[in-house]
Amino acid sequence: MGISRRKFLGWIGAAGISASIGKPAGASSISQFSGFPDSKGVLHDITRCVGCRSCEDSCNKINELPEPDTLFSDQTVLAKNRRTTTKAFTVVNQYISKNASEKPVFRKIQCNHCLEPACASACFVRAFTKTPNGPVTYDPDVCVGCRYCMIACPFDIPAYEYDEPLTPRVVKCTMCAPRIEAGEIPGCVSVCPTEALTFGKRKNLLSIARERIRNNPDRYIDHVYGEYEMGGTSWLYLSGVPFHEIGMREDLGIKSGPELTSGALSIVPMIVGLWPVLLTGIYGMTKRKEKNAFIEQEGAVAAAVERANHESIKKIAAAIEKERLGKKKAMEAAEKEKEKGIK
Amino acid sequence: MSGEIITGKKTVMTPFNVIAGMVVLMGLIITAIRFTKGLGAATNLSDYNPWGIWIGFDLLVGVALAAGGYVTSAAVYIFGMKKYHFAVRPAVLTGFLGYLFVVVALHYDLGRPWRLAYPFIVGWGTTSLLFEVGLCVALYLTVLFLEFSPAPLEWLGFKKTRYLAVRLTMVLTIFGVVLSTLHQSSLGALFLIAPSKLHPLWYSPYLPVFFFVSSIIAGLSMVMFEGMLSHRAFHDKMDEEHLSESDSLTLGFGKAASLVLAGYFTIKIIGVAAGNHWNLLTTPYGIWFLVEMIGFIALPCFLYAVGVRDKNLMLIRFTAAWTVLGIVINRLNISVIAFNWHLPASDRYFPHWMEIGISVFIVMLIILFYRFIVTRMPILYEHPDYKGEEQ
Amino acid sequence: MNETFYTLHHFLLHTESVTYLIMLLSLLGLFGFWFFLTARDDDQ
Repeated sequence: MGISRRKFLGWIGAAGISASIGKPAGASSISQFSGFPDSKGVLHDITRCVGCRSCEDSCNKINELPEPDTLFSDQTVLAKNRRTTTKAFTVVNQYISKNASEKPVFRKIQCNHCLEPACASACFVRAFTKTPNGPVTYDPDVCVGCRYCMIACPFDIPAYEYDEPLTPRVVKCTMCAPRIEAGEIPGCVSVCPTEALTFGKRKNLLSIARERIRNNPDRYIDHVYGEYEMGGTSWLYLSGVPFHEIGMREDLGIKSGPELTSGALSIVPMIVGLWPVLLTGIYGMTKRKEKNAFIEQEGAVAAAVERANHESIKKIAAAIEKERLGKKKAMEAAEKEKEKGIK
Repeated sequence: MSGEIITGKKTVMTPFNVIAGMVVLMGLIITAIRFTKGLGAATNLSDYNPWGIWIGFDLLVGVALAAGGYVTSAAVYIFGMKKYHFAVRPAVLTGFLGYLFVVVALHYDLGRPWRLAYPFIVGWGTTSLLFEVGLCVALYLTVLFLEFSPAPLEWLGFKKTRYLAVRLTMVLTIFGVVLSTLHQSSLGALFLIAPSKLHPLWYSPYLPVFFFVSSIIAGLSMVMFEGMLSHRAFHDKMDEEHLSESDSLTLGFGKAASLVLAGYFTIKIIGVAAGNHWNLLTTPYGIWFLVEMIGFIALPCFLYAVGVRDKNLMLIRFTAAWTVLGIVINRLNISVIAFNWHLPASDRYFPHWMEIGISVFIVMLIILFYRFIVTRMPILYEHPDYKGEEQ
Repeated sequence: MNETFYTLHHFLLHTESVTYLIMLLSLLGLFGFWFFLTARDDDQ
């Protein structure tokens, strides 16, 4: 494929129109988008999390979210299988292993800030933006409330203010985008007592994660969750137990949201361009057929008329001939009579 | 609004009118609750289940069943089946009302419905298939309005404007088919972005093709189904041509529907093969998938064929209704039943009675508007002034 | 036109927007072209 593409570009170049195509070739192939350089992320080392919920607490205060139903010191809610809601950008869940001797595992859930966000791809008003810093931000001022972003999100993160009659918003973690903008680190990371959360450039976090796996192969599963899942996420995860055992889907695949839909989108202009041609063609053929049928019919009628005419002429001719013969005979007879009389 | 429709003829208190009145009253009450208390008060939608039957039924089923407009006008004007000309107006009218009320229903589901035009004014989120759907539905609603406009113009006696509208017929039909192809298929493509949520038997890269092909089946079946209902209710409004040709239409459309169903069945099987999901067919979802495949695709395909061979109009009409039900089931499978199939039962969605109430209310409004128009405008008969005119 | 695209999403947003504009123009142009093409047809 590479060769044919290079050839193709070569032909274009030979035709001397490559300048008018515009974009450099580097930006025209799907596989070559590598995300914003120096984009930030967070590494969540699940093996270090103790379920203290201080990240939830800090998140709630910094983002001025509503009072929680129970205090953040309440450890009993950890056992419930919670998800992000309109009141909580992030939650920590506890997972008890089937093997009773092993310690429970705690996992923090929040928006993963995909490199190619499905929510942004799905939004028809561009309410979501993947910022160069890493966060995926949401703008309620343009949101229509179709909730297609929630359908699209493979991690079930966005929540919706269903009880708000006039100004319902989609609610999700912002990765503390304003704080990152100001050079600070996200609220949850800043308060984590066990360094289960590490903030930094995503590419650096990836090397840290790999190094931890290399140094402690017994402690970790050999996989950095988020490196490739759904095209890669800004949040990365390390775990000591298989990810599917702690509620993280391993069947998402590595195709991003935009990749999943770009094929269908690319058919649209082809239909717009070619359907009218095809349909007009069919219409033309239909009309031609009708016209031909009409002409054929006309022709048949004319032929019938002509045939009819022809026959009658013959008849008349025959009649005339007959009469002529009759007259001739009569004259001959008369002549004979005459001759007889003279003799 | 309701009173104006219900009153008019001698006996107002017919059983149908009483039921219609009650449905409209209920609809208005739920409307008030929905728009004053928010979506949460009237629906069972949740953070896991952002789309319920207002999308699954009102939008997906509504658009599919309104396909009769483009299918019939394409058959008559593009493919030259002129003897079905009498069916174009009722089909275009139902199409127009269908789309109109899809848009009305959408106002209930959207969080901020007054921003409905934002995608085209503010957003231009062109990577979204919903943008494509929105743009096409908006344009197609306009096309349907123009296609339908000769009827009210004849009714009102605006001859010159009507002449202009009629002259556009050909180009409007082509536009209609282009736009319908696009948004019918894009409705299926909406779910392409969620392979991890929709059951693999229903998820397929071919979803847009499935939706487009099944919309043709829905359109054909709906024209026959409506024809049957119209014959019961508005027999006196039909002219000679309508009455004499509708049996031939049923045979013709029945044959076409059988053929398209056969093709649809084939590509659905290919969908399973392409994903190599054969092993899933024995799971509970697989059984349900087979019910759809055999009971609502293969069976109607066969019944239509038998009906056409035996010239059994009753069988064809029954099959039309059965196929329409199949389309409803298919769209609900994809949007609600097989969507989020991986979640535990406690996180799954079942519609609130008010959601069902609004859906019934919308269907009732379509019927009432249809009746209002059919009893006044030249839909089921040709206007005497324009009789025998080529369109 | 010279901005670099770092994500597929931004790239598609750009190309799709251009494509939609072309599609709208072509559909509008279709009207004119249709009349130009068929204006001298004698069988209308």
